Amino acid sequence: MTALKIKGVTKTFGSLIANDNISLTLQQGEVLALLGENGAGKTTLMNILFGHYVADQGDIEVFGNQLPPGATDAAIQAGVGMVHQHFTLADNLSVLENIILGTEPLTSWRSDTARARVKLNALAEEFGLAIEPDKLVGDISVGERQRVEIMKVLYRDAKILILDEPTAVLTPQEVDRLFDTLRSMVSRGLSIIFISHKLHEILNISDRVCVLRRGQMVGEIATRDADRDKLALMMVGHEVTRPLVEHLPPGPPVIELDNIVLAGSRGHKPLLDGVSLKIRECEIIGLAGVAGNGQSSLAELLSGLKTPSSGQLRLAGDVVKQYSPRGFIHAGVGRIPEDRHVHGVIGDMMVWENLISENLREKPLWNFSSLINFTACRAFASRLIEQFDVRCKTMEMPSKQLSGGNMQKLILARTLQNNPRFILANQPVRGLDEGAIAAVHERLLAAKRRGAGILLISEDLDELFALADRIVVIYHGHVSQPIAVSDITAQDIGIMMAGDLAHGEKFLQAGVS
Amino acid sequence: MLLDLLEIFLTAGFWAATIRIACPLILGTIGELICERAGVLNLGIEGIMTAGAMSGWMWVYLGGDLWTGLMFAAIIGATFGLLHSIFTVHLGLSQHVTGIGITMLASALSFFIFRMMLPESTTPPKITAFQPVNIPGLSDMPFLGEAIFSHTPMTYMIFAIVPLVIYVLYKTPVGLALRMAGENPMALEAQGMNVLSIRTGAVMVGSAFMAVGGAYLTMSAFDAFFFGMINGRGWICVALVIFASWRPGKALLGALLFAGLDAMQVRAQQFAGNFIPYQFFLMTPYVLSIAAMVVMARQARYPKALLSPFRKGERT
Amino acid sequence: MRLEPRETVSPWMVIFAPVMAIVVALVITSGLILWTGESIIEAYLALLKGAFGSRFALTETLTRATPLLLTGLAAAVAFRARFWNIGAEGQLYCGALAATYFGTGLITLPPFMMIPFLFMVGALAGGLALLLPVYLKSKLKVDEVVTTLLLNFVILLFVNYLLEGPWRDPMSMGWPQAAPIIDEGVLPRIMEKSRLHLGLIVGVISAVAVWFVMRFTIWGYEIRAVGNNPSAATFAGISINKTVLRVALISGGLAGFAGVTEVAGLKGYLTLDLSPGFGYAGIAVAMLANLHPLGVIMSALFLAGIYVGADSMSRAVNIPNYIADVLVAISVLAVLVSIMLTQFRIRFR
Repeated sequence: MTALKIKGVTKTFGSLIANDNISLTLQQGEVLALLGENGAGKTTLMNILFGHYVADQGDIEVFGNQLPPGATDAAIQAGVGMVHQHFTLADNLSVLENIILGTEPLTSWRSDTARARVKLNALAEEFGLAIEPDKLVGDISVGERQRVEIMKVLYRDAKILILDEPTAVLTPQEVDRLFDTLRSMVSRGLSIIFISHKLHEILNISDRVCVLRRGQMVGEIATRDADRDKLALMMVGHEVTRPLVEHLPPGPPVIELDNIVLAGSRGHKPLLDGVSLKIRECEIIGLAGVAGNGQSSLAELLSGLKTPSSGQLRLAGDVVKQYSPRGFIHAGVGRIPEDRHVHGVIGDMMVWENLISENLREKPLWNFSSLINFTACRAFASRLIEQFDVRCKTMEMPSKQLSGGNMQKLILARTLQNNPRFILANQPVRGLDEGAIAAVHERLLAAKRRGAGILLISEDLDELFALADRIVVIYHGHVSQPIAVSDITAQDIGIMMAGDLAHGEKFLQAGVS
Repeated sequence: MLLDLLEIFLTAGFWAATIRIACPLILGTIGELICERAGVLNLGIEGIMTAGAMSGWMWVYLGGDLWTGLMFAAIIGATFGLLHSIFTVHLGLSQHVTGIGITMLASALSFFIFRMMLPESTTPPKITAFQPVNIPGLSDMPFLGEAIFSHTPMTYMIFAIVPLVIYVLYKTPVGLALRMAGENPMALEAQGMNVLSIRTGAVMVGSAFMAVGGAYLTMSAFDAFFFGMINGRGWICVALVIFASWRPGKALLGALLFAGLDAMQVRAQQFAGNFIPYQFFLMTPYVLSIAAMVVMARQARYPKALLSPFRKGERT
Repeated sequence: MRLEPRETVSPWMVIFAPVMAIVVALVITSGLILWTGESIIEAYLALLKGAFGSRFALTETLTRATPLLLTGLAAAVAFRARFWNIGAEGQLYCGALAATYFGTGLITLPPFMMIPFLFMVGALAGGLALLLPVYLKSKLKVDEVVTTLLLNFVILLFVNYLLEGPWRDPMSMGWPQAAPIIDEGVLPRIMEKSRLHLGLIVGVISAVAVWFVMRFTIWGYEIRAVGNNPSAATFAGISINKTVLRVALISGGLAGFAGVTEVAGLKGYLTLDLSPGFGYAGIAVAMLANLHPLGVIMSALFLAGIYVGADSMSRAVNIPNYIADVLVAISVLAVLVSIMLTQFRIRFR
């Protein structure tokens, strides 16, 4: 039986064609994987199906009935449920409140929480999803939050489940658990659309794969006929050339963290709890961990935004006394922020203005100690634009109009032109397509060859294994010993990410570090 | 001096005045709180209270009865709320600037219409406002009778509204939806609900409360409308919402505490007025509001999505 | 109904949008005029004549535009950094207080030094009035909207106290007003047989200066950066607290200027009705100009025209002069929408 039929959906955002005449069908009891690079249009398509967006053209049929466009309530009624990549939960409300939201008529004078609990318990039993209904969402872990999201969908009796990049925030072991849950759902007759760009997961869970590239459906293949290379070729469209990683003899340390503690807000555990880490010239250290275990705090600390409560930080041997972004820039720290739009660029300001932001108070960009020297700034900017291949119509355009990849190149240009000795790269390729990823990685490797030490924070273990010399794992504000990538597998890193940091000790080579 | 102060607490008149002063603040604060819990700052409050005070009064002055006058004030308030939400919720404009604009518009319209209807009046005309009700038995009690049981029906109505709002906010589906609109509107959208209508509804209801709060001044506390009547009460309510940490129960307590200090200030003038100029007493409500925000600033748990517009179908 | 961001914004539209908005505001306001039973055309003609129709009207409008220009700049600078200073009214009075304190005999200098001196202390006083809100915002994250608003009332009551108490001019026959500014400090008239004074020139120079600072200096760069994206600005090494403090001092200083021009230029002495809400109207001025310092000159003139014109209109035809406030409020809201429409287009599906 056909559960879902998408017919000729087209959606544009301005001049960008996000979905170009896409059609697909989903059979009942099937796991359909939607594969594609970031920006290929997977999420847009699902957002149209679920009613977040309205398509310019095209129809959607669920169990033979046409869905009205742009109506999430109609999609839910028809049995479609979506687990969003960015959870749609409120931290300040309880798990139960988050789940029953929208399930009762707004005119009702009382929330029937007793009945809701009964139903929740039954569902938890049936699918093996343990949740605690009375906890605040803000107090539970990321993995638990995802279970709440899935429970929200099941609670509404969904027959078609859309999962948008569900594994991004999970350890490999949690991924296995999720897949067990998904299999038990399928065996009960549910149909699943699984969005991902991770090939091994798709090969593991799906029955059929549809591949999107630049908004177009470029292929469909039964999973049993597919393999990694075939899928990769379909997804990217050409052979992927991995940047060549050379292991260089590391030099003296560029940055040393010694027992750094960063206190949490009142009544909470410390955000960083005794972190010690040493990064040397010509090496890339990868930081692995499930989101929310202290990566952001560590990044803020190394960007000069936070001051540790105790412990010592040495940059090229000098103890840091004053924590400030400007101080760190001057001390030779290059920082690539996690979120380009939040920390990276000032959207309404022009491209050239964003390029000079870290060198604002340096000759020759300013005159008479306060005036901006426009000629020098433009020359400075156009040199960087050319050198780093930032594609923009003109440097006078607002930087928010740049594509994700070009925005990231702008940030790289601004950061790397100061020849930093230490580079903090926080999720540097998140949301970029293969071409942009390769460009960013190549820049980082070039910086390493030049002698920089790099801390690469990523939620993508594949990226860490491809780029890093050694890997450390962060869990609840604790950081493990660094382990050479050649000595450990992703599965073992997964065990450490789940909390067993000591698990890594047996992979330490005697005498290193 | 200290004894004089203590003596104030022993007069029933002080407690009665506290309740009277608190009433418009309670409604204004609850109204602002409803808007902000749904994620919309409503700085139109000062003007909406003015509009409520004028329109309710005018309704009665033109021959309507008091309760329908309150309804009318509420409708006027809701209309300005609708305007505010069209701008901030539907068009996503700055809530700060729009709010100031709404205050300007609502005040200016109120004054204009008042002048149009009553062009000649130099001394403001009066209406028969809500009268204190005599509750048999209770009103005759010594002290408590005068302090608590000799107020107007509107006063009692206001005190009944607060528990009702608490119930709706925390125990009903619509209250949950409203709180979610202020915490994470995307969650509403993902559950098939319409963020814009819920926010719009919240701002309209909240604004109606504000307008009725303003009407209390012209229809229960006094019996006339004059310019500058609201005199910053709306802004004080905005401060009280912060002081209350966005909780309706605490908002009630905050408004009462605040009104008590205000009532005390008026009485303290009588014995301290000789050596402290009266202007300094008049400053106390404003200074106290600032102090209240400072005290609570560290613990405030503001709604996460306050001030951020929600646009359906926008790429994130 | 959906909003869709425009990819390109033509500069032509940026100019055209506010003009359209004001036309819309005039149309909406005509509804009220219709209600009063007067002729719309007659009423607007009376307004126009009252504002710009004669030499007297024109100089009166320019005189009224002077403080609006300065308070408008105060709001524009602050809002640009997303520092919501709604306290220009109070800061204006602080400027006036300082000018009165120093300018009524405490210090006597020759005029070419006395006048700049008064502006300096006025600006200082206006800026200082923002120190508390800035401190509370930076250290405790207390919302500056509410603190600056509430301080207006406190400052006004303080002025009231001074004028009824220690500062009351014994020659004023019981009126609550302060002693007159000494002759050396009075701003000279810049046009004969009018009330137009040096303040206007100070206002225009201030507007150009603010524009220059915002456009060509590092301070301006930092203010725009903080206003547009405080997180990214911090990340790039710009101190938010320092920038906000700087903005506050400039903003409060400009409002303080307005107090000086009114005391030393127009009235000659401090009274309680020195400002009929110039501080609040300044917000409207800034919004109409879309926070552009040079645009503020135009919008101050426009607002002053409406206020002066409405006064004379209400004498000519039977329409209360509160119509001016209504028109201004509608214009502000209309301009907000029109500016948004330059960045988004509305789609009805």
